[in-house]
Parts: sequence; structure tokens; C-alpha cells
Amino acid sequence: FEVHRVRFFGLVPAGVRCLACQPRGGRLALARTDGAVEVYNFAANYFQEKVIPGHEARTVEALCWAAGERLFGAGLGGDITEYDLARLCVARSVDGCGGPIWSMAANSSGTQLAIGCEDGSVKLFQVVPGGIQFERNLDRRKGRILCLSWNPSDTHIAAGSIDILRVFDVSSGRTIQRIMVNYHVQKLKRECIVWSIAFLSSGAVVTSDSFGRVQFWDWERGTLLESHTVSTSAVLSLAVSEKEDSIIVGTSTGATYQFQLLPVKMGSLEKRWVRTKPFQHHTHDVRAVAHSSTALISGGLDAQLVIRPLMEKMQKKGYEAALRKFTFPHRRLVSCARKARLLLFQFSQHLELWRLGSTEETGKDGEVLPLCRMPEHLVQLKSKGPEHIYCSSVSPCGSWVAYSTASRFHLYRVQYEGDSVSVEKVPKVPKLLLPAYQLQFSSDSDSLFVASARGSVHVLQLLEPGGCKHLHTFQPPSGSPEAVYLLASSADGHWLAAVGGDWAIHIYNLKCFQHHCMVPMYSCAVTALAIHPVTNNLVIAYSDQQLFEFSIPQKQYTTWSRTVQNCGLHKVWLERDSPITHITFNPKNPSHILLHDIYMFCVLDKSLPLPDNSALLMNQSTLKQLPETARQRQLHAFKICKKFQPLLFADLLDENCLVMVERPIMDIKTQLPPPIQQKKFGT
Amino acid sequence: VSDQKPLGCWSVKHGQIITCPVVCNFETHEYIAVHDDKVLRIWKNKDINLDKVFKATLSADVYRIHSLPNGGPVVLFKGGGVRTLDVLLEAPQQEIENVISDEVIKWSEAFMEGQQPVLIFATEKDGDFFVYVQKLKMNSLHKYKLEQQELSKPLSFTAYMKNQIITLLCLCSNDSVYKVLIPLQQNTEEEERILFKSLLLNLSVSGSVLKGTSFVVLDKDHVAVLGSLAVSGEEPKECLTIWNTKFQTLQTSKELPLGTSGQLWCYEEKFFFTHGKVLTVMMYKCETSSLAAAVGKLKDSQTPDVSSFVNWNTLGDEELVVSFQSQQSVALKSESRMTLRSKRNTVAKVQPDTVSVGQLLLNLKDASTTVFEDELRQLMSKAQTPDFQATIGCVITALVKRCKADPKYYPRNFLLQIVQTRDLSYSLCPDLMAIALEKKDVHLLQTCLQRFPDIPEEITYACLKVFLSISEAYLQRIDVNLESVICYIDMEFNNKEVKTEIVENGFNAELEQDIWDTKITKETHLMADGEFCPVGPQKAALLNAVLHSAYSETFLLPHLKNLPAQQAVLFLRYLYYLYVKCSEKINTALPGIRSPTINQIMDWMCLLLDAQFTVMVMLPEAKELLSNLHKFVRAQVRFYSELNKIEGSLRELQRLNHQKDSQTYSIEVLELI
Repeated sequence: FEVHRVRFFGLVPAGVRCLACQPRGGRLALARTDGAVEVYNFAANYFQEKVIPGHEARTVEALCWAAGERLFGAGLGGDITEYDLARLCVARSVDGCGGPIWSMAANSSGTQLAIGCEDGSVKLFQVVPGGIQFERNLDRRKGRILCLSWNPSDTHIAAGSIDILRVFDVSSGRTIQRIMVNYHVQKLKRECIVWSIAFLSSGAVVTSDSFGRVQFWDWERGTLLESHTVSTSAVLSLAVSEKEDSIIVGTSTGATYQFQLLPVKMGSLEKRWVRTKPFQHHTHDVRAVAHSSTALISGGLDAQLVIRPLMEKMQKKGYEAALRKFTFPHRRLVSCARKARLLLFQFSQHLELWRLGSTEETGKDGEVLPLCRMPEHLVQLKSKGPEHIYCSSVSPCGSWVAYSTASRFHLYRVQYEGDSVSVEKVPKVPKLLLPAYQLQFSSDSDSLFVASARGSVHVLQLLEPGGCKHLHTFQPPSGSPEAVYLLASSADGHWLAAVGGDWAIHIYNLKCFQHHCMVPMYSCAVTALAIHPVTNNLVIAYSDQQLFEFSIPQKQYTTWSRTVQNCGLHKVWLERDSPITHITFNPKNPSHILLHDIYMFCVLDKSLPLPDNSALLMNQSTLKQLPETARQRQLHAFKICKKFQPLLFADLLDENCLVMVERPIMDIKTQLPPPIQQKKFGT
Repeated sequence: VSDQKPLGCWSVKHGQIITCPVVCNFETHEYIAVHDDKVLRIWKNKDINLDKVFKATLSADVYRIHSLPNGGPVVLFKGGGVRTLDVLLEAPQQEIENVISDEVIKWSEAFMEGQQPVLIFATEKDGDFFVYVQKLKMNSLHKYKLEQQELSKPLSFTAYMKNQIITLLCLCSNDSVYKVLIPLQQNTEEEERILFKSLLLNLSVSGSVLKGTSFVVLDKDHVAVLGSLAVSGEEPKECLTIWNTKFQTLQTSKELPLGTSGQLWCYEEKFFFTHGKVLTVMMYKCETSSLAAAVGKLKDSQTPDVSSFVNWNTLGDEELVVSFQSQQSVALKSESRMTLRSKRNTVAKVQPDTVSVGQLLLNLKDASTTVFEDELRQLMSKAQTPDFQATIGCVITALVKRCKADPKYYPRNFLLQIVQTRDLSYSLCPDLMAIALEKKDVHLLQTCLQRFPDIPEEITYACLKVFLSISEAYLQRIDVNLESVICYIDMEFNNKEVKTEIVENGFNAELEQDIWDTKITKETHLMADGEFCPVGPQKAALLNAVLHSAYSETFLLPHLKNLPAQQAVLFLRYLYYLYVKCSEKINTALPGIRSPTINQIMDWMCLLLDAQFTVMVMLPEAKELLSNLHKFVRAQVRFYSELNKIEGSLRELQRLNHQKDSQTYSIEVLELI
């Protein structure tokens, strides 16, 4: 293959601001510093299930789950926002009336929300169907409330502020205890910021502060029970496990520490909090931590989400027990115009269109070919307004670019005349149900498919020179509340596959605008799908790393897919920790399926035997050393290349030309603000 | 406690004095105080004013109240009378008997023995000390007299109860802690008996004496003493100390410069004492004391191929069955043992059971040597038993014993065979190497050095000395394992026969001979000090075994100092030779099995120079060797510094390469097979 190795996609993922584990649920909500909210599903191998793009004016300082499945966020804008997880947008927003909101916590039953505001007030809101209702104010004192925690029986709230922590009685609203946290450091005139707080059922209040201490207080007596200095810099975040036997804290040096409640001696009843495990997975502030039942989760300003399973909770080594780091979204942010050799990069508020370079040389494996034309930055499209971009796409011919934000849909006609490029906005786009979650052009660039809420897909016909017309809207026959998040259309323009948030795959016939069939339900999230240009087989990748091939004309799984299911995939394949994000095909070689995730690119050759568990899955380097004759025996279906990492996008331009979009982690790090300077030995 | 806040505070009226420590009744969560000797006050946490709480005036003076975890408070009167609080409160004005006439109570303590409270208190009268033990339920009182001692009198007491015996410890004015055992089970109502003291601990460390004021027992081996440490000529310093009574050592101490009240309490592994004006709480931890932990000699295992002590592979299937069944039930286990035993009985006629190995050896004690050896061989050949290791140990010990007893007897081959085939260790048969040293059985010593993981440095040194002192001529006749040297020592210098043996691999020996000869002639011209082997191959092999053995420098160095000068020079010469040999190769490793590594050579060289430095300097024949060595080392250092430079520039080059790699766009060729 001739590989266009692209590293000029200047994506800088936003830092993780806060995390919230769904109580007793399998989901993790994450908010980024740009206001985007993401939902990860533990059951689906921590797949990034839902993304709600951010908004310029809407930062999220705190997230919490309440009343079961409802997700609330609050931020410095002063609003409490409820998110619609089916339509992936803001459902409603209520002003907190207390200035910027720094913290929010839901009580254990999820019926009340408490917010901590800039003006020092703690306000209670009642969670009612269809919204929240202001209930009352608790005793107000000066000083912003940076963190809040309910005690497990919902009778008290502990609030951390600057230099002080207070405990409120919920029923009376009074402050019943004030504890000065800087009591013993009079010498230092610095203020001590209580960054995070947790109320334990034993009556202890745990705080983490800017002096690097994790302290345990007896709130009734106001005395210090234990104090652990974990860091010379601030301890920013803290989370307690549901059983209250383990605590994770995150510091501004990027280190996280686990505390465990352990018996002093074997068999002794007296237990003590002991700092047990230090981890250094981040380079920057760890602003958010969460403690699921089996894992420590931390998110830092370096945009990484790190999930560190607790080995003692693991039965066996396997997929579940692997440490995983997520830096990049599990979605495509890149789209490729194959014929025109263009790449469209999606940023949070603008798009960039690039033309790839070219070469006239050929070479052997591993060689770098001299360029005869450099890549060219053609257009930068800035999105107007505060809303961030949901999705974008470029048509295969390269003359259409479309993107959508929460409330608006834009279509542009791009014309190339020699070296100059002109961009023209298509006027009068049809009013659609917005936002669009995925945009897909048909392979002949004649129509555009818009994935929309309630399981619907709109078909727009593109007209020359720069116009479009709404043709049809597909709806799943049984209806669905969830938005469609993935689309795939066939090369012959006959079929369209759409996946909704309920993971159901519907296939529509484009010729007669009819629902064709539904792929049998599978219990995991779909991470990528594509329709084969020749056979019209739908290839589906699930978040548990399973692969299926479904024949659309025959409405059933293909024999190859059944073989795969019978033999099982290779263990190493199943233990990979990042989902397949894109599937494509080689039209000249129908047995090839090209797939990739963040760490590898794979050509799946259906004509070759599947590897069994004893075989080496990553065998390219050994194969290259073998003579031609010996190779035949070693060949198997998975041809994996790990040369390009982290891989955001890979596509086939033509028969033997690939494009790989990488985003080296180092490049991101150089764009981040410098971390707290730490003296390292020898530097 | 860093954050001290009173949780509650109560005070008596002006003029009243609280006369004994306030206790808490754990069952009712009430506090009990006595003021003005006779007035009892009982209150709860929520009471604020002490004047308004329950009050009872008693008929006699109270010495102390003891609160027991599940027995209720017990009141001890100054006259020695004892009442439980419940009894007392029923009739506060009841008559309290005087038990001790004009003795004065010095100390008291209460325990629970089963369900009944036991009170123990000590009294003094005219320098005599008495101990009373009172069982409340049985209403029995025993009086003991403490053994009188010259010039010392008890200052402070503490006691604990274990297995129906009260152990009373008393800290005496002669800075010692004594132990007194008082049995609780005493049926005869005898007259006062004398209790004898035994010295438990002497509170003195290297000249300074600890003047203890109070002390507590931590566990069966540790006591903590609070007192002032008086070093002659200095101000006494107050400190808290923990002592190990088993080894009579001071475990740890902490200075308390602000002074204390001389009182020390201990609950739940925490010390409580006042230090200056604050109450200090200190956690402590006493590890079970063992000599191993106290001395802590750990062998650094330099030889990676040390043999394990238990070879699991030798465990037969039978044993696996046994261990499997033992998990299931004890009964089954014993059953299978029995079948096992019967099986073995059929296999071997003479004393097959492992249990009776010792007995067998005893029987053989007087047998003739041949019979003895045969029996032992037989024993070993079939010994695929779980405690095989122990059996081997017994066998070896028996053999060694016999060797000692009979100077003429020395089963050279048999011993060698055992050492070579079995996984032994030095500690299993400590006398074996001593015997071998005595007999100068170098092959056995070599094998031992190679196979034993735990040879003491003293023995290692003894081996080295023997190896160095033994004459080459003697060694020529002896069979030594040469595998560590054959690859790098040119044998033909010493032994043509050996050489032909080496090149027998299908070479034409004569042709080879020619090549070798020319080489030799060439080499002899170049031959400097470091280029020919100063010792014969046998000796070299033996020395290699020493180089390979594990040792720790601190223990070896004193022995090495005793090495005679000539031998030291010879050894250094050999080390130098090895060093030069090593440096010839790019990977600085000598070929062959068990040949010494460069690190071992360097370590020994440093060690030897350290130990024998003065001797070396003085010795005229060492002068040239040392200067050669110095030259060579200097050349090496120079060479390596050059290498360093090259490495630096290469690294820079690689960095440049890497930078080139991180361009933003490139077209590359990828081939997937």
C-alpha cells in the first residue's frame, strides 16, 4: 500500500472536568472543559455511547445522576441543565439564582439536588418529572461553595469552601458545624481551598485540599480524625466507593492515590484508612475521579480518561482487567473524499478541508517516498454561534461539505478552479428535525443522509448547482426514542443502514424508500458498520470486539460470519481495549475488510483461515522474515499493522492507496499548558 | 493528638477535691468520680453541672474505682475493702471492713477472670510490700508478701493476667524490672506467703541508666517504660522507651524534651502520655521478636542457579495423592498414610519408614564401613518420600559423624555423589565442608561451592585458602571439574593431554598442534604479566568456584585480611589474568559454563585489594603486578570514556533521526502479507 501518513490534524481534546458514576448503574458521565458531556457504558466495554457536544457559554462544573437515569449538569453559567440522553441535547435549563455554580450533588435517593454557588449559598432543588423545582436555601455564608456531599441518610450536607468546611442540617437548613481546615497551619498565610468532600456513613467527612492533604473529620465533634499528606500540590478530586472501603484521590501533579479501609491487624476489628496504591497515569491535573465497583476512574486536564480496574475485584485476567486510557473520542472526526483525495477535519467549532499530497515514486516496504506535491490546506469553515459541531461530512467527489450544530444544519458547495477554491453556502436547506448526529453522502454524491432523533433518517437530494431537496424520511417501523448515531450506505445506492442509541440496526431500501429489515439485536453497542460495495453485506463491529457480517439481500448472517461465531475470534483480538471506529473495503479485492481502531489497522482477509488462540495474532513481522513458501502455512485472516498510532482515521483511497490520520500524543501535550513543575532526579 | 478539643468539662465546687481518677462505666456510659475521699458522684454525658448529679456519701475513704469492660465498676477502699458499685449504691452507708490495718495501698488493678472480677493491690508498711488478690464473687482474699530485696524497693507496678496466672511486674529503684507470678487458683486459705521475684529486664544501655517512673506491658516480649535517661555528666532526659525482654534490648526510644507527668497509659496499640502541656498519643507496633529478625543476615544470592531446598519434582505421585486428600479430610489422610506405609513395607525390607531413618542410622552406627555405605545407598535410592530432604540430611550427618570418629574413614566418592545428585544446602550438613577442608578434598569443595546456596563467608575463605595453598603437582593428580576454565585457559602450557582431549572434536590433532605451537611461540614473546595464566587449570577451576559463590562483603573482608601475602598475590595475579581475558572480548564475558563474570572478577579484585592493601604495597614482588594492573585499568578507563563520547554522538544522531520521523505528512509504503 501507498500510505498517506497524515499528522496535521491539530485536534486537541478538551480536558476532563468532572465524572459521575451512575449509582447502581453501568454508566459513567463525563464532562469536558469545553462543556461537552459524554456517557460511557461499562457493560459495553466502556464504549463512549453518547456525546453531547459542548457550548461556548455552557461550562460544566458538576454532573450528577438523579432519579435513576436522568443526568444533570451545572456550571459557571449559573444554570442547572438537564440532558436529554435520547436526543443527545440539552433538555431544559433552570437558573440557579446564585451566581456561578461550583458544585452539585444529588441525595442518595436521587430526589433532591443541592448546588453550591459563588455567593456562598447552598440551594436545594426537588427533582420532579419533567424538570426540577427550587425548594429552599440553606444557611448562607460568604465564600464560594466548591464542593458538596450528602450524607448517605440524606439528613446532612457537608460543603467545602475556602479555609472552611461546613455541615448543614437539611431539615432545618442551619449550619451545625464549622471546621476550619487550616487550623494548624497558621504560619502559612495562603488560603486553603477544600477542593473535594465526601460524607461517609460512619459520620466521617473526608476532604481534600489545596495543601495536598486528605483529611478525615468527625463532623459531630469537629475534630480531625486522620490526616494524610499525599502531595505537595493540591489534591483536586476525591471519590468514595459505594461500599465506603476505598477512596481515590487525584492531585494536580497527575498522580492518583487509592486509600483503603484496612484492618490494623489480620482479623482485627479496628480499621484504618491506609494509602495503598499510587498511580501516575496523567501528566496534568486530575480534575475528576470516580470509583466504580470494579475500577478506579480518573480524568485529567490532559484529556485522558483512565480506567484502572481493581485487580482484587477481578476473577480472571481478561478484557475486563486491562488498564485502559481513552484520549480520543470513539467517533470519527475525519471524513474523506476518496475521489477528490480530500480530508475534512472536524474541530469543536470549525472545519478544515485539506487536499492530500502526491508522489510519483514507488518503493519497498517501510520506505518514505519523496513528495511531488505537498498537502494543501484548502478551506477553514468557522461555525457561527456558541454551539459546537455535532457532525460533519464531505462528499466523495469533494464538492459538498455539510455539518450540523445543535440547532442549525449547513451545507456548502465547494468548487475548485485550478488552485483557487470557492465555498458557497447552499441557501434554503430544508427544515429538519435537528440536531443531526451523523451525516453521510451517498457514494455518487447525489444524496445526503442525515441521522436524526427518534430513529429517523432524512434523505436529501443534492442538486446542481448548489441546492437540495428533502426527499424522504425513514422511520423505524416500531418507532424509537433514541437518536441514530451511525449510518452506512451501499455503493450502488440501494441500501442504507442506520444504528440508533438502542443499538438496533435498521436497513432501508433507498430505491423504493421502504424499511427493508432489521439486523437481529445484539447486546452490545455498535461501534462501526459498513456495506460492502460488491456483495452488499453489512459488516458490523461491536464494542465487545465481535465482528458480524450480515447479508442485506438475504436478510441473514453470512456463512463466514457464522464460521467466525463458531470458531470464536482470537483472544488477543477480543482483549483489545479500543473499539473499531471505521470499516471500509477494497473494491478490487472483495474478500478484504479494512478496519481500524486507535492502535492498529487491520486488513481482514476472509479467504484465509481464522487464527486459533495458539497462533500469533500480530504476526506481520515474523511473516516478513519467512521465505515465501513458509509463509503460506503461517498466514491467517488478520493482517494487523500497528505502525500508525494513535490512529484517528484510516480509509482506502483507491486500490493500493491508504490514508492514515494520526494524532501523536506528544503533539497534544505540547499544546497543553505546562503541568506543575516537578523536580525529577537528574533534570 | 494534634487537634485537641475538650468534648466535655465538669468541675466540682470550690473547696472540694477530686481524690481519685474518674472512670467511665462502659455499660451505662456514666462517669464516676469521688471527691473529698467519701463523696461519690455519677453523671452522664449530657449533665452539665456536677453539683446537680447523683451523689452518695460513703462511710469509708475510697482509694480507687476500677471500671471493667463487662463487670461493672469496682470500688477499692483505703482500708482494703472492696465492693462492686451496685452493692455499694444499694446501701451507701454500709460498714466497710479494714483489711490491711496500717498498710498503705500503693497500686491497684482489676481484671475479669471468666465472669468474676479480680482485684489486685499492693501495699507498703515499713519498707515491706504486700500484695493482695481479692476475688469478689468468691469473697476470697489472699495476702502475699513480696520478697524483700536489698537496696531496692518497688516504685511502680503493672500486671496482666493470662491462663489463670497474674503476672505482676514491678519496677524497682535499682532500675530493674522484676517479674512475679501469682497463681489465681488457690484453694487453701493459708497465711501470708512470700512471692519471689525474678529479674526480667535491666534498664540500662551502654552506661546510661533509665530511671523509670511508669511502665506498661505491650505483649509477651515487650514493655514500654517512661522515665528519665541519666547519662553521667548530663542533664537527665525524659524519654519513652520500648524494651524487648526476650533479648534484653532497647527496641526504640523517643525523647520527650518538654517533660512528662511521669504517667503512661496504653490502649489499643496507642500510648497516651502528657508531654509538656499537651496529651500526646502515639501509635506503636511490636513485631514478634525472633533472632533472625534481630540479627537479619540475608544472603545475597549472586548465583542464579542456586538449588531449591525442596525439590517438588522429586515428590512422587503418592505424595500428591496424600496432599490432595489431606485437603479433603483428616481421616482420609491418616488412612492413606497407612496404605502408603504398607506399600513401602512391601517395597523395602529393612526399615523402610522414613520415621525410623534415625533409628536405622543408629543401628548402623557400629556396622562395618561397607555395610554402612550399602545401607545408606539403599536408603537413598528408594527415598522418593516427602521428607526426603531430611533423610538426606540425616544420612550426611551420619557419614560425617563417622568420618570424624574414624580419621581413616573418608567415603570420598559417596559424598561427592550425594552432593552432586541431591539438592543440599550448607545448613543441612554444616560439618561436611569442614571435613572436606580437613581432608583437602578439593573436588568435593568445588562441588559444594557450586551447589550450596548458603555457605558462610568463613568457609568460603577457608576454601580459597586451601585452593591457593595446594600445590599444582598435587592438583594434577586430582580429578576436578574443569568446565569453567577449558574454554579460555590454554591448556597446553600445563598439560598436553588435556589439550588433545579438547580438540578431539573430529579435528586433526596434529594439524591443530602445529597451529597451536606457532601461536604459542608468538605469544610467549608478547607475554606480559597478565597474559599467561598464573595458575594451573585445576586451580583455576577451583578458584572460579570460589568466585562464583555467594558472599557478603562485610563478612568476608575480615577473613580475607588473614590471607597470607604470597597467596594474596597469586590470587590477585589470577584475577588480573581473568580481567585481561575478559577485556579481550567485546562482550567482556568469558566463554564456558560457570566461568566467572566480569562483575564477580571486579568485585573480588576490589575486595582483595581492600583487604590486603598495605601488604600489597609493602611486597616487592607485588609491585610490578600492581603497576601493570594500574596501567591496564587506566587504559580501560580511557577506552571507555572514548566509548562514552561515541555513545553520546550516536544518541544525538538517533534523536535527529527521530525528529525527521515526526513530520506532519509523508507518503510511506506499507506491505501487509
